[in-house]
Amino acid sequence: MQEFNIHKIREDFPIIKREVYNKPLVYFDNAATTQKPQTVIDAIVRYYSEDNSNIHRGVHYLSQISTLAFEDTRKNFQEYINAKHHYELIFTKGTTDAINLVANSYGKVFVNEGDEVIISALEHHSNLVPWQNLCEQKKARLRIIPVNENGEIIFDEFVNLLNERTKLVSVAHVSNALGTVNPIKKIIDKAHEFNVPVLIDGAQGLAHYKIDVQELDCDFYAFSGHKFYAPMGVGMLYGKEEWLNKMVPYQFGGEMVDQVSFEKTSYNELPFKFEAGTPNVDAVIGMNAALEYVKDIGVENIAAYESELLSYATGELSKIEGVRIIGTAREKASVLSFLIGDIHPYDAGMIIDRLGIAVRTGHHCAQPILDSFNIPGTVRASFAVYNTKEEINRLVQAVIQVKNMFE
Amino acid sequence: MEVKSIQETEEEIINEFSYFDDWMDKYNFLIEMGKSIPSIDTQYKVENNLIKGCQSRVWLHATLEDGRINFTADSDAVITKGIANLLIRVMNQQTPDDILSAEFTFVDKIGLKEHLSPTRSNGLMAMLKQMKLYALAFKTKTEQAK
Ligand SMILES: Cc1ncc(COP(=O)(O)O)c(C=O)c1O
Repeated sequence: MQEFNIHKIREDFPIIKREVYNKPLVYFDNAATTQKPQTVIDAIVRYYSEDNSNIHRGVHYLSQISTLAFEDTRKNFQEYINAKHHYELIFTKGTTDAINLVANSYGKVFVNEGDEVIISALEHHSNLVPWQNLCEQKKARLRIIPVNENGEIIFDEFVNLLNERTKLVSVAHVSNALGTVNPIKKIIDKAHEFNVPVLIDGAQGLAHYKIDVQELDCDFYAFSGHKFYAPMGVGMLYGKEEWLNKMVPYQFGGEMVDQVSFEKTSYNELPFKFEAGTPNVDAVIGMNAALEYVKDIGVENIAAYESELLSYATGELSKIEGVRIIGTAREKASVLSFLIGDIHPYDAGMIIDRLGIAVRTGHHCAQPILDSFNIPGTVRASFAVYNTKEEINRLVQAVIQVKNMFE
Repeated sequence: MEVKSIQETEEEIINEFSYFDDWMDKYNFLIEMGKSIPSIDTQYKVENNLIKGCQSRVWLHATLEDGRINFTADSDAVITKGIANLLIRVMNQQTPDDILSAEFTFVDKIGLKEHLSPTRSNGLMAMLKQMKLYALAFKTKTEQAK
Protein backbone atom coordinates (compact mmCIF):
# COMPACT_ATOMS: atom_id res chain seq x y z
CA MET A 1 0.00 0.00 0.00
CA GLN A 2 1.22 3.46 -0.84
CA GLU A 3 1.11 6.38 1.55
CA PHE A 4 -2.03 8.50 1.20
CA ASN A 5 -0.94 11.44 -0.90
CA ILE A 6 -3.78 13.63 -2.09
CA HIS A 7 -1.61 15.54 -4.57
CA LYS A 8 -0.52 12.39 -6.26
CA ILE A 9 -4.06 11.03 -6.24
CA ARG A 10 -5.36 14.16 -7.94
CA GLU A 11 -2.69 13.74 -10.57
CA ASP A 12 -4.05 10.27 -11.27
CA PHE A 13 -7.42 11.62 -12.47
CA PRO A 14 -7.01 13.62 -15.68
CA ILE A 15 -10.54 15.06 -15.65
CA ILE A 16 -9.87 16.82 -12.35
CA LYS A 17 -7.74 19.34 -14.20
CA ARG A 18 -10.46 20.49 -16.54
CA GLU A 19 -12.45 23.67 -16.25
CA VAL A 20 -16.16 24.29 -16.59
CA TYR A 21 -17.48 27.80 -17.20
CA ASN A 22 -13.87 28.97 -16.96
CA LYS A 23 -13.54 27.72 -13.41
CA PRO A 24 -11.63 24.72 -12.14
CA LEU A 25 -14.07 21.83 -11.93
CA VAL A 26 -15.16 20.68 -8.50
CA TYR A 27 -16.69 17.25 -8.93
CA PHE A 28 -19.04 16.39 -6.07
CA ASP A 29 -21.35 13.99 -7.89
CA ASN A 30 -19.45 10.86 -7.01
CA ALA A 31 -22.48 8.95 -5.78
CA ALA A 32 -23.81 9.17 -9.34
CA THR A 33 -20.52 8.06 -10.85
CA THR A 34 -16.87 8.45 -9.93
CA GLN A 35 -14.14 9.72 -12.22
CA LYS A 36 -11.61 7.28 -13.65
CA PRO A 37 -7.88 7.20 -12.94
CA GLN A 38 -5.45 7.20 -15.87
CA THR A 39 -4.62 3.53 -15.26
CA VAL A 40 -8.24 2.59 -15.96
CA ILE A 41 -8.36 4.72 -19.09
CA ASP A 42 -5.04 3.23 -20.23
CA ALA A 43 -6.26 -0.31 -19.64
CA ILE A 44 -9.19 0.25 -21.99
CA VAL A 45 -7.05 1.87 -24.65
CA ARG A 46 -4.51 -0.92 -24.38
CA TYR A 47 -7.21 -3.55 -24.65
CA TYR A 48 -8.54 -2.13 -27.90
CA SER A 49 -5.10 -1.32 -29.26
CA GLU A 50 -3.56 -4.69 -28.54
CA ASP A 51 -5.86 -7.44 -27.30
CA ASN A 52 -9.40 -6.95 -28.56
CA SER A 53 -11.08 -10.26 -29.24
CA ASN A 54 -14.23 -12.09 -28.24
CA ILE A 55 -13.83 -14.28 -25.20
CA HIS A 56 -14.47 -17.93 -24.30
CA ARG A 57 -14.86 -18.85 -27.97
CA GLY A 58 -11.76 -18.76 -30.08
CA VAL A 59 -8.74 -20.94 -29.68
CA HIS A 60 -6.70 -18.21 -31.27
CA TYR A 61 -4.11 -16.25 -29.35
CA LEU A 62 -5.97 -12.97 -28.84
CA SER A 63 -9.14 -14.71 -27.75
CA GLN A 64 -7.15 -16.63 -25.20
CA ILE A 65 -5.45 -13.64 -23.65
CA SER A 66 -8.72 -11.67 -23.61
CA THR A 67 -10.43 -14.57 -21.90
CA LEU A 68 -7.62 -14.82 -19.38
CA ALA A 69 -7.79 -11.10 -18.57
CA PHE A 70 -11.56 -11.32 -18.24
CA GLU A 71 -11.45 -14.32 -15.93
CA ASP A 72 -8.59 -12.79 -13.97
CA THR A 73 -10.86 -9.89 -13.12
CA ARG A 74 -13.43 -12.31 -11.77
CA LYS A 75 -10.77 -14.01 -9.63
CA ASN A 76 -9.37 -10.72 -8.37
CA PHE A 77 -12.81 -9.60 -7.25
CA GLN A 78 -13.44 -13.00 -5.71
CA GLU A 79 -10.33 -12.53 -3.63
CA TYR A 80 -11.18 -8.91 -2.87
CA ILE A 81 -14.65 -9.58 -1.50
CA ASN A 82 -13.54 -12.93 -0.13
CA ALA A 83 -16.05 -15.11 -1.97
CA LYS A 84 -15.59 -18.86 -1.59
CA HIS A 85 -15.60 -19.53 -5.33
CA HIS A 86 -14.88 -17.46 -8.42
CA TYR A 87 -18.00 -18.79 -10.10
CA GLU A 88 -20.12 -17.11 -7.43
CA LEU A 89 -19.41 -13.80 -9.16
CA ILE A 90 -21.53 -13.01 -12.20
CA PHE A 91 -20.66 -10.15 -14.53
CA THR A 92 -23.60 -7.83 -15.11
CA LYS A 93 -24.16 -4.40 -16.60
CA GLY A 94 -24.27 -2.95 -13.10
CA THR A 95 -26.26 -2.96 -9.91
CA THR A 96 -29.63 -2.53 -11.62
CA ASP A 97 -28.91 -5.44 -13.90
CA ALA A 98 -27.74 -7.59 -10.98
CA ILE A 99 -30.88 -6.89 -8.96
CA ASN A 100 -33.07 -7.62 -11.97
CA LEU A 101 -31.24 -10.90 -12.39
CA VAL A 102 -32.13 -11.94 -8.85
CA ALA A 103 -35.70 -10.62 -9.10
CA ASN A 104 -36.24 -12.75 -12.19
CA SER A 105 -34.11 -15.82 -11.60
CA TYR A 106 -34.69 -16.18 -7.88
CA GLY A 107 -38.19 -14.73 -8.02
CA LYS A 108 -39.33 -17.22 -10.63
CA VAL A 109 -38.40 -20.19 -8.49
CA PHE A 110 -38.92 -19.01 -4.93
CA VAL A 111 -41.56 -16.28 -4.83
CA ASN A 112 -45.20 -17.34 -5.12
CA GLU A 113 -48.65 -16.01 -4.43
CA GLY A 114 -49.02 -14.76 -0.87
CA ASP A 115 -45.25 -14.60 -0.29
CA GLU A 116 -43.50 -11.47 0.87
CA VAL A 117 -40.37 -9.55 -0.10
CA ILE A 118 -38.91 -6.97 2.29
CA ILE A 119 -37.08 -3.82 1.24
CA SER A 120 -36.50 -0.55 3.10
CA ALA A 121 -37.97 2.89 2.62
CA LEU A 122 -34.49 4.13 1.69
CA GLU A 123 -34.05 2.19 -1.50
CA HIS A 124 -32.92 3.49 -4.86
CA HIS A 125 -35.56 2.87 -7.52
CA SER A 126 -33.31 0.07 -8.79
CA ASN A 127 -33.88 -1.85 -5.59
CA LEU A 128 -37.57 -1.05 -5.47
CA VAL A 129 -39.14 -1.28 -8.92
CA PRO A 130 -37.87 -4.81 -9.77
CA TRP A 131 -39.41 -6.12 -6.55
CA GLN A 132 -42.62 -4.18 -7.08
CA ASN A 133 -42.87 -5.73 -10.51
CA LEU A 134 -42.10 -9.24 -9.25
CA CYS A 135 -44.69 -8.95 -6.50
CA GLU A 136 -47.28 -7.71 -8.96
CA GLN A 137 -46.64 -10.63 -11.29
CA LYS A 138 -46.64 -13.23 -8.54
CA LYS A 139 -49.39 -11.69 -6.43
CA ALA A 140 -46.85 -11.44 -3.66
CA ARG A 141 -46.57 -8.60 -1.18
CA LEU A 142 -43.84 -5.98 -0.93
CA ARG A 143 -43.16 -4.95 2.66
CA ILE A 144 -41.28 -1.76 3.49
CA ILE A 145 -39.06 -1.25 6.54
CA PRO A 146 -39.77 2.29 7.77
CA VAL A 147 -37.08 4.83 8.50
CA ASN A 148 -36.79 7.31 11.40
CA GLU A 149 -36.36 11.08 11.13
CA ASN A 150 -32.58 10.72 10.92
CA GLY A 151 -32.90 8.47 7.91
CA GLU A 152 -32.08 5.24 9.75
CA ILE A 153 -33.86 1.93 9.30
CA ILE A 154 -36.00 1.10 12.34
CA PHE A 155 -34.61 -2.31 13.16
CA ASP A 156 -37.45 -3.44 15.41
CA GLU A 157 -39.94 -2.76 12.63
CA PHE A 158 -37.82 -4.90 10.34
CA VAL A 159 -37.93 -7.76 12.81
CA ASN A 160 -41.72 -7.39 13.00
CA LEU A 161 -42.00 -7.75 9.23
CA LEU A 162 -40.16 -11.07 9.10
CA ASN A 163 -42.39 -14.12 9.00
CA GLU A 164 -42.70 -17.54 7.39
CA ARG A 165 -44.00 -15.99 4.14
CA THR A 166 -40.89 -13.80 3.74
CA LYS A 167 -38.88 -15.02 0.76
CA LEU A 168 -36.21 -12.35 0.47
CA VAL A 169 -34.84 -9.22 2.12
CA SER A 170 -33.18 -6.68 -0.16
CA VAL A 171 -31.60 -3.55 1.31
CA ALA A 172 -28.97 -1.00 0.42
CA HIS A 173 -25.59 -1.11 2.08
CA VAL A 174 -25.48 2.70 1.84
CA SER A 175 -28.33 5.05 0.92
CA ASN A 176 -27.42 7.12 -2.12
CA ALA A 177 -29.88 9.87 -1.17
CA LEU A 178 -29.02 10.32 2.50
CA GLY A 179 -25.72 8.55 3.03
CA THR A 180 -27.08 6.30 5.77
CA VAL A 181 -25.00 3.18 6.30
CA ASN A 182 -27.41 0.38 7.12
CA PRO A 183 -26.62 -2.24 9.80
CA ILE A 184 -26.40 -4.94 7.16
CA LYS A 185 -24.69 -7.54 9.33
CA LYS A 186 -27.48 -7.29 11.88
CA ILE A 187 -30.11 -7.45 9.16
CA ILE A 188 -28.54 -10.50 7.57
CA ASP A 189 -28.19 -12.37 10.86
CA LYS A 190 -31.79 -11.64 11.85
CA ALA A 191 -33.17 -12.68 8.45
CA HIS A 192 -31.18 -15.90 8.60
CA GLU A 193 -32.89 -16.78 11.87
CA PHE A 194 -36.00 -17.02 9.69
CA ASN A 195 -34.07 -18.81 6.92
CA VAL A 196 -34.60 -15.83 4.65
CA PRO A 197 -31.83 -14.90 2.19
CA VAL A 198 -30.60 -11.31 1.96
CA LEU A 199 -29.50 -9.26 -1.01
CA ILE A 200 -27.33 -6.24 -0.34
CA ASP A 201 -27.44 -3.41 -2.89
CA GLY A 202 -23.80 -2.44 -2.68
CA ALA A 203 -23.83 0.27 -5.36
CA GLN A 204 -22.74 2.84 -2.77
CA GLY A 205 -20.89 0.37 -0.58
CA LEU A 206 -17.99 -1.11 -2.47
CA ALA A 207 -16.04 2.12 -3.02
CA HIS A 208 -16.09 2.99 0.67
CA TYR A 209 -16.00 -0.24 2.63
CA LYS A 210 -14.03 -3.43 2.66
CA ILE A 211 -16.52 -6.13 1.78
CA ASP A 212 -16.11 -9.67 3.06
CA VAL A 213 -19.11 -11.61 1.80
CA GLN A 214 -18.31 -14.67 3.92
CA GLU A 215 -18.03 -12.68 7.09
CA LEU A 216 -21.20 -10.75 6.25
CA ASP A 217 -22.78 -14.03 5.23
CA CYS A 218 -24.97 -12.15 2.72
CA ASP A 219 -26.63 -14.30 0.09
CA PHE A 220 -26.25 -11.73 -2.69
CA TYR A 221 -24.18 -8.57 -3.05
CA ALA A 222 -24.68 -6.35 -6.10
CA PHE A 223 -22.45 -3.50 -7.25
CA SER A 224 -21.60 -1.25 -10.21
CA GLY A 225 -18.09 -0.68 -11.49
CA HIS A 226 -18.67 2.95 -12.40
CA LYS A 227 -19.15 4.03 -8.79
CA PHE A 228 -15.84 2.34 -7.97
CA TYR A 229 -13.53 4.29 -10.34
CA ALA A 230 -14.23 1.73 -13.10
CA PRO A 231 -15.95 2.18 -16.48
CA MET A 232 -19.69 2.31 -16.98
CA GLY A 233 -21.73 -0.64 -18.13
CA VAL A 234 -20.18 -3.29 -15.92
CA GLY A 235 -20.86 -4.55 -12.45
CA MET A 236 -21.21 -7.78 -10.55
CA LEU A 237 -23.59 -9.96 -8.70
CA TYR A 238 -22.12 -12.08 -5.97
CA GLY A 239 -24.40 -14.94 -5.03
CA LYS A 240 -23.90 -17.96 -2.82
CA GLU A 241 -23.41 -21.07 -4.90
CA GLU A 242 -26.33 -22.88 -3.30
CA TRP A 243 -28.74 -20.14 -4.41
CA LEU A 244 -27.26 -19.57 -7.85
CA ASN A 245 -27.51 -23.28 -8.59
CA LYS A 246 -31.17 -23.35 -7.69
CA MET A 247 -31.98 -20.26 -9.76
CA VAL A 248 -33.02 -20.39 -13.42
CA PRO A 249 -31.52 -18.20 -16.12
CA TYR A 250 -33.70 -15.37 -17.39
CA GLN A 251 -31.61 -14.24 -20.33
CA PHE A 252 -30.92 -16.73 -23.05
CA GLY A 253 -28.50 -16.89 -25.93
CA GLY A 254 -24.89 -17.67 -26.63
CA GLU A 255 -22.33 -18.54 -23.97
CA MET A 256 -24.89 -19.51 -21.31
CA VAL A 257 -25.67 -22.84 -22.96
CA ASP A 258 -24.15 -26.30 -22.82
CA GLN A 259 -25.81 -28.37 -25.56
CA VAL A 260 -28.23 -26.88 -28.04
CA SER A 261 -30.58 -28.65 -30.40
CA PHE A 262 -33.92 -27.55 -31.78
CA GLU A 263 -35.66 -29.77 -29.26
CA LYS A 264 -33.81 -28.96 -26.09
CA THR A 265 -31.04 -26.83 -24.70
CA SER A 266 -29.12 -27.57 -21.55
CA TYR A 267 -27.53 -24.72 -19.69
CA ASN A 268 -23.90 -24.07 -18.98
CA GLU A 269 -22.56 -24.23 -15.44
CA LEU A 270 -21.95 -21.27 -13.14
CA PRO A 271 -21.15 -18.48 -13.71
CA PHE A 272 -21.82 -18.73 -17.44
CA LYS A 273 -25.44 -19.78 -17.10
CA PHE A 274 -26.19 -16.18 -16.10
CA GLU A 275 -23.91 -14.50 -18.63
CA ALA A 276 -25.74 -14.67 -21.95
CA GLY A 277 -24.18 -12.87 -24.89
CA THR A 278 -20.90 -11.06 -25.41
CA PRO A 279 -20.00 -9.15 -22.25
CA ASN A 280 -18.51 -5.68 -21.92
CA VAL A 281 -14.93 -6.98 -21.99
CA ASP A 282 -13.14 -3.63 -22.14
CA ALA A 283 -15.10 -2.38 -19.13
CA VAL A 284 -14.33 -5.58 -17.22
CA ILE A 285 -10.65 -5.06 -17.89
CA GLY A 286 -11.01 -1.43 -16.84
CA MET A 287 -12.68 -2.60 -13.66
CA ASN A 288 -9.68 -4.80 -12.93
CA ALA A 289 -7.44 -1.74 -13.19
CA ALA A 290 -9.81 0.16 -10.88
CA LEU A 291 -9.54 -2.62 -8.32
CA GLU A 292 -5.75 -2.46 -8.51
CA TYR A 293 -5.98 1.29 -7.99
CA VAL A 294 -8.21 1.03 -4.92
CA LYS A 295 -6.11 -1.78 -3.44
CA ASP A 296 -2.98 0.33 -3.91
CA ILE A 297 -4.38 3.18 -1.84
CA GLY A 298 -6.31 0.90 0.49
CA VAL A 299 -10.06 1.23 0.85
CA GLU A 300 -9.64 1.83 4.59
CA ASN A 301 -7.49 4.86 3.82
CA ILE A 302 -10.02 6.08 1.28
CA ALA A 303 -12.83 5.68 3.80
CA ALA A 304 -10.92 7.50 6.53
CA TYR A 305 -10.11 10.40 4.22
CA GLU A 306 -13.67 10.67 2.92
CA SER A 307 -15.02 10.56 6.43
CA GLU A 308 -12.81 13.54 7.27
CA LEU A 309 -14.20 15.39 4.23
CA LEU A 310 -17.75 14.53 5.25
CA SER A 311 -17.40 15.86 8.77
CA TYR A 312 -15.62 18.97 7.54
CA ALA A 313 -18.35 19.68 4.97
CA THR A 314 -21.13 18.92 7.45
CA GLY A 315 -19.58 21.32 9.97
CA GLU A 316 -18.92 24.14 7.49
CA LEU A 317 -22.33 23.95 5.80
CA SER A 318 -24.13 23.76 9.13
CA LYS A 319 -22.58 27.09 10.09
CA ILE A 320 -24.57 28.79 7.32
CA GLU A 321 -27.89 30.01 8.62
CA GLY A 322 -30.81 28.20 7.09
CA VAL A 323 -28.89 25.18 5.82
CA ARG A 324 -30.61 21.95 6.74
CA ILE A 325 -28.84 18.61 6.45
CA ILE A 326 -31.21 15.86 5.30
CA GLY A 327 -30.10 12.50 6.61
CA THR A 328 -28.42 12.65 9.97
CA ALA A 329 -27.78 8.99 10.64
CA ARG A 330 -25.11 8.14 13.18
CA GLU A 331 -23.20 6.18 10.58
CA LYS A 332 -22.92 7.87 7.20
CA ALA A 333 -20.86 7.40 4.06
CA SER A 334 -19.55 10.39 2.11
CA VAL A 335 -22.93 11.68 0.94
CA LEU A 336 -24.21 15.05 2.11
CA SER A 337 -27.78 15.95 1.21
CA PHE A 338 -29.01 19.39 2.20
CA LEU A 339 -31.44 22.22 1.62
CA ILE A 340 -30.80 25.94 1.82
CA GLY A 341 -33.73 27.62 3.58
CA ASP A 342 -36.79 27.40 1.38
CA ILE A 343 -34.81 27.62 -1.82
CA HIS A 344 -35.76 24.93 -4.30
CA PRO A 345 -32.89 22.49 -4.81
CA TYR A 346 -33.19 23.00 -8.53
CA ASP A 347 -32.65 26.77 -8.21
CA ALA A 348 -29.68 26.16 -5.92
CA GLY A 349 -28.24 23.55 -8.27
CA MET A 350 -28.37 25.88 -11.28
CA ILE A 351 -26.28 28.51 -9.52
CA ILE A 352 -23.86 26.03 -7.94
CA ASP A 353 -23.34 24.53 -11.39
CA ARG A 354 -22.48 27.90 -12.88
CA LEU A 355 -19.85 28.29 -10.17
CA GLY A 356 -18.10 25.22 -11.54
CA ILE A 357 -19.30 22.75 -8.95
CA ALA A 358 -21.02 19.53 -10.00
CA VAL A 359 -23.65 18.52 -7.45
CA ARG A 360 -26.79 16.50 -7.92
CA THR A 361 -30.21 18.00 -7.32
CA GLY A 362 -33.60 16.34 -7.12
CA HIS A 363 -34.79 13.10 -5.63
CA HIS A 364 -31.72 11.01 -6.58
CA CYS A 365 -33.84 8.12 -7.90
CA ALA A 366 -35.10 7.54 -4.38
CA GLN A 367 -38.34 9.45 -4.55
CA PRO A 368 -40.24 7.70 -1.74
CA ILE A 369 -37.71 8.53 0.96
CA LEU A 370 -37.59 12.23 0.03
CA ASP A 371 -41.39 12.35 -0.19
CA SER A 372 -41.45 11.01 3.36
CA PHE A 373 -39.37 13.99 4.48
CA ASN A 374 -41.93 16.19 2.72
CA ILE A 375 -39.34 17.94 0.58
CA PRO A 376 -39.08 18.33 -3.20
CA GLY A 377 -35.58 16.88 -3.25
CA THR A 378 -32.19 17.94 -2.00
CA VAL A 379 -28.86 19.26 -3.16
CA ARG A 380 -26.41 16.40 -2.80
CA ALA A 381 -22.66 16.62 -2.56
CA SER A 382 -20.90 13.26 -2.51
CA PHE A 383 -17.18 12.89 -2.04
CA ALA A 384 -14.51 10.62 -3.43
CA VAL A 385 -10.83 9.99 -2.86
CA TYR A 386 -9.67 12.95 -5.00
CA ASN A 387 -11.80 15.66 -3.34
CA THR A 388 -10.32 18.23 -0.95
CA LYS A 389 -11.28 20.62 1.81
CA GLU A 390 -10.45 23.53 -0.50
CA GLU A 391 -13.14 22.25 -2.84
CA ILE A 392 -15.57 22.07 0.05
CA ASN A 393 -14.74 25.70 0.84
CA ARG A 394 -15.80 26.57 -2.69
CA LEU A 395 -19.09 24.78 -2.16
CA VAL A 396 -19.61 26.75 1.04
CA GLN A 397 -19.01 30.02 -0.84
CA ALA A 398 -21.41 28.89 -3.55
CA VAL A 399 -24.13 28.15 -1.00
CA ILE A 400 -23.68 31.62 0.49
CA GLN A 401 -24.02 33.10 -2.99
CA VAL A 402 -27.21 31.11 -3.60
CA LYS A 403 -28.63 32.49 -0.37
CA ASN A 404 -27.79 36.04 -1.43
CA MET A 405 -29.45 35.59 -4.78
CA PHE A 406 -32.68 33.99 -3.65
CA GLU A 407 -33.33 35.43 -0.23
CA MET B 1 -54.06 48.63 -26.60
CA GLU B 2 -51.82 47.74 -29.50
CA VAL B 3 -50.51 44.21 -29.05
CA LYS B 4 -46.88 43.63 -29.90
CA SER B 5 -46.20 40.76 -32.27
CA ILE B 6 -44.34 37.68 -31.08
CA GLN B 7 -41.32 38.86 -33.01
CA GLU B 8 -41.42 42.33 -31.51
CA THR B 9 -41.48 40.96 -27.96
CA GLU B 10 -38.67 38.57 -28.85
CA GLU B 11 -36.57 41.49 -30.11
CA GLU B 12 -37.36 43.40 -26.94
CA ILE B 13 -36.16 40.53 -24.74
CA ILE B 14 -33.03 39.99 -26.82
CA ASN B 15 -32.29 43.67 -26.40
CA GLU B 16 -32.78 43.53 -22.63
CA PHE B 17 -30.47 40.54 -22.36
CA SER B 18 -27.79 42.23 -24.42
CA TYR B 19 -27.05 44.53 -21.48
CA PHE B 20 -26.09 41.65 -19.23
CA ASP B 21 -22.37 41.00 -18.99
CA ASP B 22 -22.41 37.71 -17.23
CA TRP B 23 -24.56 34.78 -16.32
CA MET B 24 -25.24 36.13 -12.83
CA ASP B 25 -27.09 39.12 -14.26
CA LYS B 26 -29.15 36.83 -16.46
CA TYR B 27 -30.11 34.62 -13.57
CA ASN B 28 -30.92 37.61 -11.38
CA PHE B 29 -33.13 38.90 -14.17
CA LEU B 30 -34.88 35.53 -14.42
CA ILE B 31 -35.38 35.51 -10.65
CA GLU B 32 -37.04 38.94 -10.94
CA MET B 33 -39.15 37.75 -13.87
CA GLY B 34 -40.23 34.82 -11.74
CA LYS B 35 -41.69 37.14 -9.17
CA SER B 36 -43.96 38.91 -11.65
CA ILE B 37 -45.40 35.85 -13.38
CA PRO B 38 -49.16 36.01 -14.18
CA SER B 39 -50.15 33.76 -11.35
CA ILE B 40 -52.22 30.69 -11.96
CA ASP B 41 -55.49 30.61 -10.03
CA THR B 42 -55.21 28.08 -7.19
CA GLN B 43 -58.16 26.11 -8.58
CA TYR B 44 -56.00 25.29 -11.64
CA LYS B 45 -52.93 24.36 -9.60
CA VAL B 46 -53.78 20.71 -9.89
CA GLU B 47 -52.06 17.51 -10.91
CA ASN B 48 -53.66 17.67 -14.34
CA ASN B 49 -52.01 20.99 -15.16
CA LEU B 50 -48.52 19.86 -14.10
CA ILE B 51 -46.02 19.73 -16.92
CA LYS B 52 -44.14 16.46 -17.03
CA GLY B 53 -40.41 16.41 -17.60
CA CYS B 54 -39.38 19.11 -15.18
CA GLN B 55 -37.25 18.63 -12.08
CA SER B 56 -39.29 21.34 -10.45
CA ARG B 57 -43.06 21.39 -10.62
CA VAL B 58 -44.63 23.69 -13.20
CA TRP B 59 -48.35 24.30 -13.50
CA LEU B 60 -49.72 25.89 -16.65
CA HIS B 61 -53.21 27.04 -17.51
CA ALA B 62 -54.59 28.79 -20.59
CA THR B 63 -57.76 30.55 -21.63
CA LEU B 64 -58.93 31.92 -24.96
CA GLU B 65 -60.64 35.29 -25.15
CA ASP B 66 -61.56 37.07 -28.39
CA GLY B 67 -59.34 34.66 -30.25
CA ARG B 68 -56.30 35.41 -28.13
CA ILE B 69 -54.56 33.19 -25.63
CA ASN B 70 -53.76 34.00 -22.03
CA PHE B 71 -51.43 31.81 -20.06
CA THR B 72 -51.01 31.72 -16.31
CA ALA B 73 -48.44 29.55 -14.54
CA ASP B 74 -46.53 28.83 -11.38
CA SER B 75 -43.52 26.77 -10.32
CA ASP B 76 -41.93 25.85 -7.02
CA ALA B 77 -38.52 26.84 -8.43
CA VAL B 78 -37.91 30.53 -9.01
CA ILE B 79 -35.65 30.29 -12.05
CA THR B 80 -38.11 27.95 -13.74
CA LYS B 81 -40.84 30.46 -12.96
CA GLY B 82 -38.76 33.19 -14.57
CA ILE B 83 -38.28 31.15 -17.71
CA ALA B 84 -42.00 30.37 -17.79
CA ASN B 85 -42.77 34.06 -17.49
CA LEU B 86 -40.43 34.89 -20.38
CA LEU B 87 -42.39 32.48 -22.56
CA ILE B 88 -45.69 33.86 -21.31
CA ARG B 89 -44.58 37.41 -22.03
CA VAL B 90 -43.95 36.45 -25.64
CA MET B 91 -47.11 34.43 -26.10
CA ASN B 92 -49.86 36.14 -24.15
CA GLN B 93 -52.44 37.99 -26.22
CA GLN B 94 -51.34 36.16 -29.35
CA THR B 95 -53.56 34.04 -31.56
CA PRO B 96 -53.26 30.26 -31.62
CA ASP B 97 -52.14 30.47 -35.25
CA ASP B 98 -49.30 32.86 -34.49
CA ILE B 99 -48.12 30.73 -31.57
CA LEU B 100 -48.21 27.60 -33.68
CA SER B 101 -46.13 29.11 -36.45
CA ALA B 102 -43.58 30.85 -34.21
CA GLU B 103 -40.13 29.33 -33.70
CA PHE B 104 -39.14 31.24 -30.58
CA THR B 105 -35.55 31.67 -31.63
CA PHE B 106 -35.01 34.23 -28.87
CA VAL B 107 -34.37 31.41 -26.43
CA ASP B 108 -31.17 30.60 -28.32
CA LYS B 109 -30.23 34.20 -28.80
CA ILE B 110 -30.36 35.19 -25.15
CA GLY B 111 -28.04 32.35 -24.23
CA LEU B 112 -30.61 30.06 -22.70
CA LYS B 113 -29.98 27.54 -25.43
CA GLU B 114 -28.53 25.14 -22.92
CA HIS B 115 -32.00 24.92 -21.40
CA LEU B 116 -33.55 23.85 -24.66
CA SER B 117 -31.80 20.54 -24.74
CA PRO B 118 -34.24 17.80 -23.81
CA THR B 119 -31.78 16.42 -21.29
CA ARG B 120 -31.99 19.57 -19.19
CA SER B 121 -34.63 18.84 -16.68
CA ASN B 122 -35.86 22.38 -16.15
CA GLY B 123 -38.44 21.63 -18.73
CA LEU B 124 -38.20 24.69 -20.95
CA MET B 125 -38.74 22.32 -23.84
CA ALA B 126 -41.70 20.73 -22.10
CA MET B 127 -43.22 24.13 -21.36
CA LEU B 128 -42.89 25.27 -24.96
CA LYS B 129 -44.48 22.08 -26.17
CA GLN B 130 -47.35 22.33 -23.73
CA MET B 131 -48.03 25.93 -24.74
CA LYS B 132 -48.15 24.97 -28.39
CA LEU B 133 -50.48 22.09 -27.51
CA TYR B 134 -52.85 24.56 -25.85
CA ALA B 135 -52.73 26.72 -28.97
CA LEU B 136 -53.49 23.72 -31.15
CA ALA B 137 -56.39 22.68 -28.93
CA PHE B 138 -57.91 26.18 -29.08
CA LYS B 139 -57.44 26.35 -32.82
CA THR B 140 -59.14 23.00 -33.33
CA LYS B 141 -62.00 23.92 -31.04
CA THR B 142 -62.58 27.27 -32.76
CA GLU B 143 -62.58 25.67 -36.19
CA GLN B 144 -65.04 22.99 -35.11
CA ALA B 145 -67.36 25.66 -33.73
CA LYS B 146 -67.47 27.44 -37.12
C1 LIG C 1 -28.04 2.63 -3.88
C2 LIG C 1 -28.06 2.45 -5.36
N1 LIG C 1 -28.58 1.34 -5.87
C3 LIG C 1 -28.59 1.11 -7.20
C4 LIG C 1 -28.09 2.02 -8.09
C5 LIG C 1 -28.14 1.73 -9.55
O1 LIG C 1 -26.86 1.57 -10.07
P1 LIG C 1 -26.64 1.44 -11.64
O2 LIG C 1 -27.36 2.60 -12.26
O3 LIG C 1 -25.17 1.52 -11.80
O4 LIG C 1 -27.20 0.13 -12.07
C6 LIG C 1 -27.54 3.20 -7.61
C7 LIG C 1 -27.03 4.22 -8.54
O5 LIG C 1 -27.23 5.41 -8.38
C8 LIG C 1 -27.52 3.41 -6.20
O6 LIG C 1 -26.99 4.53 -5.70
